[in-house]
Amino acid sequence: MSNIMNSLYNMRILDDLARKETAIHKIHPLVKLLTTVSYLTVVVSFGKYDIGGLLPLLIYPSMVFALAELPVKPIFMRILLVSPFMIGIGILNPFFDHQIYLLGGKEISRGWITFLSILIKSGLTVTAALLLIATTGMDRLAGALRMLKIPRVFVLQLLLTYRYISVLMEEVARTLRAYSLRAPEQKGVHRSAWGSLAGQLILRTFDRAQRIYEAMCLRGFTGEYHTGGFKEIRVWELAYLAGWVLFFAAARIYNIPMVIGSLITGVIR
Amino acid sequence: MHMADALISPLVGGTMWVATAGVAAYSIKKIQNEMDEKKIPLMGVMGAFIFASQMINFSIPGTGSSGHLGGGLILAILLGPYAGFLTIASVLTIQALFFADGGLLALGSNVFNLGFFPCFIAYPLIYKMLMRKGYSTKRIFGAAMLTAIIGLQMGAFGVVLETFFSGKTELPFGTFVLLMQPIHLAIGVVEGLVTTAIVTYIWKSRPEILEKAATGEAIGNISIKKVVTGLVAVAVLTGVVLSWFASSNPDGLEWSMFKTAGKEELKAEDGIHQSLSEIQNKTAFLPGYAFRAPETETEQGAGESEEAWPAVSGGTSTSGLVGGGMTLVLAGLVGSGISLAKRRKNRT
Repeated sequence: MSNIMNSLYNMRILDDLARKETAIHKIHPLVKLLTTVSYLTVVVSFGKYDIGGLLPLLIYPSMVFALAELPVKPIFMRILLVSPFMIGIGILNPFFDHQIYLLGGKEISRGWITFLSILIKSGLTVTAALLLIATTGMDRLAGALRMLKIPRVFVLQLLLTYRYISVLMEEVARTLRAYSLRAPEQKGVHRSAWGSLAGQLILRTFDRAQRIYEAMCLRGFTGEYHTGGFKEIRVWELAYLAGWVLFFAAARIYNIPMVIGSLITGVIR
Repeated sequence: MHMADALISPLVGGTMWVATAGVAAYSIKKIQNEMDEKKIPLMGVMGAFIFASQMINFSIPGTGSSGHLGGGLILAILLGPYAGFLTIASVLTIQALFFADGGLLALGSNVFNLGFFPCFIAYPLIYKMLMRKGYSTKRIFGAAMLTAIIGLQMGAFGVVLETFFSGKTELPFGTFVLLMQPIHLAIGVVEGLVTTAIVTYIWKSRPEILEKAATGEAIGNISIKKVVTGLVAVAVLTGVVLSWFASSNPDGLEWSMFKTAGKEELKAEDGIHQSLSEIQNKTAFLPGYAFRAPETETEQGAGESEEAWPAVSGGTSTSGLVGGGMTLVLAGLVGSGISLAKRRKNRT
């Protein structure tokens, strides 16, 4: 039960954050979408042993966090909860790759390096996706998708799904609460009620869809979806995109930490 | 079994994105041709239902554990394969955006594994076939079980293949298959049981919903052949195009070729292959590729290192550590500096 409420709460946090009006929030959604995609591509394109090269890419989330005035904790919590599947797979790397690597005079197995690289990458990619939604919001993102010529049917359907998640989650929560009050001390839904509980919910969902459709028709729905249009992308927004893409490319081509490190150690010597 | 961005390579991610976009475009065309616009809200709300239904724990008798409803199969049964596929795609999109459940680059793979296999392979080829003679309790059970299990097995194998070709994990192929397939057999059995229970209930109380889903779609003549041929063509094309830009590190596919054939590329001396590779060499804007930093190309460990290995010498490794630390500090400073400046500005 609590996890339903948690999910709802988490969605609302992101919704609320997306309503802020900072410089980042005001950037055209399409620009932010493209920036995020190029960031993700660059992050995952790094080789599995290349940890140092990944570090400069931390600057992007760090700046967006600050400029968009986003609270670090709720988003960080989400990152910590990243799919156990991936950690489960990554943690096996040290068992399969025993090659020894020298790091600062210490011997470590190469498997640990690849595991660390997976962890860093997952942290960066998850953060970037969450930052996109926390600074853009679903409606504006849907507008960006329309600008990319994603078909209307899909975008409308995506928005409807998003809009009704909270409604249906509350309905499921009520149903489960009612069930648990009648079946105390029971873990999960008993087999005898699988069909009727979930089936009943589906039937109600069908009826709800019918009502929604009628309501939409009454408000003039003819299969069209109007986003209300977007402003043109302005020059400074293009510059924002170009700036980041250049930076990502530079971080990909040059091993920035290595350059800084050789400079510093060179000076010391 | 949602794949995360960190485990996927841009090549695999991009290829799967294109394949998924192709199936989605085909599905959209299909439903637009035959759809009453009533179905849009139904798809939307059913997507939300699938989302919410993940919260229901179906306790599995005799085990003390519980299972969830997957989504793809029940959507295909209730909405038909095209609408079902699009609905699962939007569910996965929202999961990726809001819950970091599966990444954005990996979204194509996830939609393919969890949507394409159940909706376009398992549903028409197994479920529809077994249900040809009409609904009955026994037939629902047999069809739902088989469809759920096979759909999930294919999806799980898709995950294995995509992860393997991405080359981010050291897990040997065989071990990974042995890990994934049995787990998803169990998940498939649970999904089959839950689907059976739900479909039976709906069939008994509102049979017209199932009939409508079955007759409303032209599933009898679903041109699976067309979809698959188109897909394979698109996937191969993208794979080829994207690999021009991909890394020269023999990871993933090349690596597996290296292991099985003993050489990274199978040489073909003449003919179309050579002319193609010449074109490739000319057009690839980073020939020999990889946006690889030259200074990392140092040591090729005794013929078996699969990837250029960052310098191992003590000196460079110290610079790397120092530089890495500095970069981290810098990234932190940039963020906190901006925050501080902003707060000060707000105060004045």
